[in-house]
Amino acid sequence: MSTATQNIDHYLRSFTEFQQQAAEDEPGWLGRLREAALARFLETGFPTTRDEDWRFTNVSVIARTPFAWAGRKASGVSQAALGSWRIQNSAAQLVFVDGRWVPGLSALAGLGKGVTLSGLKDQIGKQPELVEAHLGRYVDIRRDPFPALNTAFAEDGAFVHLRRGTVLAEPIHLLFVSTAGETPRMIHPRNLLVVEEESQATVLEEYVSLAGGAVLSNGVTELVAGESAHVVHYMIVREPQDAFHISTLRIEQGRSAAVASHSLLLGGGLVRNNVHPVLGGEGGECLINGLFVGDGHQHLDNYMLVEHARPHSSSRQFYNGILDGHAHGVFHGRIVVHKDAQKTDAKQTNRNLLLSDEAQIDTKPQLEIYADDVKCTHGATIGQMDENSLFYLRSRGIDRVAARRLLLSAFASECLARMPADAARAHAGQLIHQHLLSLANSPSQGSAELSQPAERTWEEVG
Amino acid sequence: MSLLEIKNLHVTVGGHAILKGIDLTVNAGEVHSIMGPNGSGKSTLAQVLSRRETYQVTAGEVVFQGKDLLAMKPEEAACEGVFMAFQYPVEIPGIGNAYFLRAALNAIRKYRGEDEMDAIDFLPLFREKVKLLDMDEKLMNRSLNEGFSGGEKKRNEILQMAVLQPKLAILDETDSGLDIDALRVVAKGVNAMRSPERAMLVVTHYQRLLNHIVPDTVHVLVDGRIVRSGGPDLALELEEKGYGWMEAEARQAAPASA
Repeated sequence: MSTATQNIDHYLRSFTEFQQQAAEDEPGWLGRLREAALARFLETGFPTTRDEDWRFTNVSVIARTPFAWAGRKASGVSQAALGSWRIQNSAAQLVFVDGRWVPGLSALAGLGKGVTLSGLKDQIGKQPELVEAHLGRYVDIRRDPFPALNTAFAEDGAFVHLRRGTVLAEPIHLLFVSTAGETPRMIHPRNLLVVEEESQATVLEEYVSLAGGAVLSNGVTELVAGESAHVVHYMIVREPQDAFHISTLRIEQGRSAAVASHSLLLGGGLVRNNVHPVLGGEGGECLINGLFVGDGHQHLDNYMLVEHARPHSSSRQFYNGILDGHAHGVFHGRIVVHKDAQKTDAKQTNRNLLLSDEAQIDTKPQLEIYADDVKCTHGATIGQMDENSLFYLRSRGIDRVAARRLLLSAFASECLARMPADAARAHAGQLIHQHLLSLANSPSQGSAELSQPAERTWEEVG
Repeated sequence: MSLLEIKNLHVTVGGHAILKGIDLTVNAGEVHSIMGPNGSGKSTLAQVLSRRETYQVTAGEVVFQGKDLLAMKPEEAACEGVFMAFQYPVEIPGIGNAYFLRAALNAIRKYRGEDEMDAIDFLPLFREKVKLLDMDEKLMNRSLNEGFSGGEKKRNEILQMAVLQPKLAILDETDSGLDIDALRVVAKGVNAMRSPERAMLVVTHYQRLLNHIVPDTVHVLVDGRIVRSGGPDLALELEEKGYGWMEAEARQAAPASA
C-alpha cells in the first residue's frame, strides 16, 4: 500500500488532540492500544485497489478528504428529532450521537438482571477489567487499516453484556445518529457485545443521519458469543448518499454458539460492510444474511470473511443485491477452513438483480481450505428483472410500478425469510418495503418498450 | 355491438410477420376456438390481445367493448376485462398465491371505482373457487406457482380467471400437458363461467379440449391467417385429417407471402 498520494498527517494531528483531551483517569492499556493502532494506520495508510481485499472498492476519495475528529461537544439532539427512528417492542434503545452515547436519549427501563447496556466509555470507567479482556482482542488491526483507525480513536460506542444464562426476548436497538458539520468529520463508534454462555440476545445496529455532509462513519463491533449462546445481529445502514460508511463486525464464536448476522444496506454513498466471524469452538453455527439495495452512484461493498477454526462448524452466507442507476455492488465472500476444522460445512450464495444497464456488480468467491474432510459450496447469479414475470403480473391488472414493487419485494423477501419472526424483522421488513417503493417508481427503468423479448433471467456466473 | 372485433390485424415479432391479416368478431356469450398447427400464430394472437409489448402491431385494429384495445397497457386490458390463461404460467418465488390474487382483484376493482376487498371478505370467495378447481388450499399459501405441477399451474390459471371474472377469457393451450382428470377439472371450471355476458377464445392445437368445452365457432389459423371457420364439427374434421391439407390449401391461396 502506498501512502505517496495520501495525505494522512492530519490523522496524527487529530489523534494528538484526541489523546490530550482524553479523560485523565483512563487506564494505561487503552492509551497503548490506541497508539499501537495509530502507528499501524500511519504505516499503511488507506488501502488501494491494488490490495486484493479492496480490488473493487476505491477509497481514494476517503483518503483525499481531510476528515477531522468530531470532538466531544454535547450533541444538542432532541428526543423529538429521533421519533421516526424508534422501533416498536424493543427491550431497550441506546442512542449515540456522532459516536458518543447519550444516556438522556436512551431508553433502558425494565431490563432484567444479568444485562448491562451502556456506553463503552462509561464501562471503561466502571468495569475496566471486563472491557480490557475483550476490547481489541478480536479485530485484527494489521489486516485492515479502517479498524486500525477506529481503534486509534476508540472511546465510546455501545457496550452490551449478558451474563451467563441471560435471555432477552426483545431486541436491543443501538441507534447511531450523525449530525451536520461544516467540515468533513469522522466518527469511530466502537461497540463491544459480550453474550456469555447460554445467553440469548438480538442486537440491531442502525446508522442514520440528521443531516447530509461529508461524514466518515468508521465503526467496529466486536461480538463475543460464548458457549451455546444464541445471538442475532443486525447491521442497518440508512445514511444519506453523501455519507461514507465503513463497518467491521468481528464475531468470536465459542463452542456450539449460534450467531446470525443480518445486514441491510439501504443508504450511504460509499459503504464497506465487513463481516468476519471466527468459528473458534466445535459445532458453531453461523448465518450471514444480507440485502443491499443501491441506486444513483452508491457503492455498496460486502466483504465476508468466514473462518472455520474448529471441527463440525457450519456457516451459511446468503446475500441478495438489487442495483439500479449507476450503483455498484460488491460481494466478496471468503471462506477459510483451518487445518483442524474437519467436517466443516460452508455454503455461500450471492444473487443479484440489476435494474439498469449502468448498474454493476462484482462478485467474488474465495475458498481457502486447509482441512481435508469438508463441504464447501458457492454460487452467484446475476440477472435482470424478469420480463415474463412482470408481464404475468400486469396481465392480471396490477400496474407496472406495483408489479415491479412486488417482484423486488419477492426478491428481497428471501432475506427477510431468514430472520426470526420478531420485532427486529418487522422493523427490517418495513424499511425494505419503504425503500423498494421508491425504487419501483424509479424512472431509470426504461425497458417498458422492449424491442425484443428479454428471456434471459438468472445467469450463472460462479 | 360485438364484444371483440379484430380487423385486418398484422403483427410482427423481431421483424418476422406472424399474423398477416386476422379478422374476427366475437359476441358476448360466445365461445370461439382458434385452432392451428404449430407456428401458425395462435399464441401470438392470444398474447397480442392480452397486450404483451414484445409484439408489434403493424396494421389493423382491435376494438374491445367499443374501446381501442391496442392502445391499452396489459394492466388496462386486464382491468377492462381481458384475461389470458397462460400456456406457460410463470413461477414467482416470494409472492404468495392468495396474496397475489387479492392484489389483482383489488387492482381491477379500484380501476372500476369499486371498494377494495379485505382479506376477510376475500377468503370465502377464494375458498369457493379453490373448491371448484379441486385444488389443495395449502398450495395457495405457497409462492405463486412455485413447485406446482403442470396440471396445478393450469388449474391455478382457471382459478384466477374464476376470481377475476373477465369479460373476455382467452385460454392459450390450456389443455397442453394435462392428463384427462386435470382436463376435466379445468373444463368444469371453464364451463362454470360460460355466461351470456362473457366470451371465450379457446386457443388449442388439439381437438381433445373441445370435447369438454364445446365451442360455438371454430376458426383454423394457418400461417397467420384464418383459413376456415365453422361449427364444432370442423374441429372433429381436423382431428381426423390433420392440418396438412389445410396448410396446402393456404399455400395455394397465397403463394407470394409463404
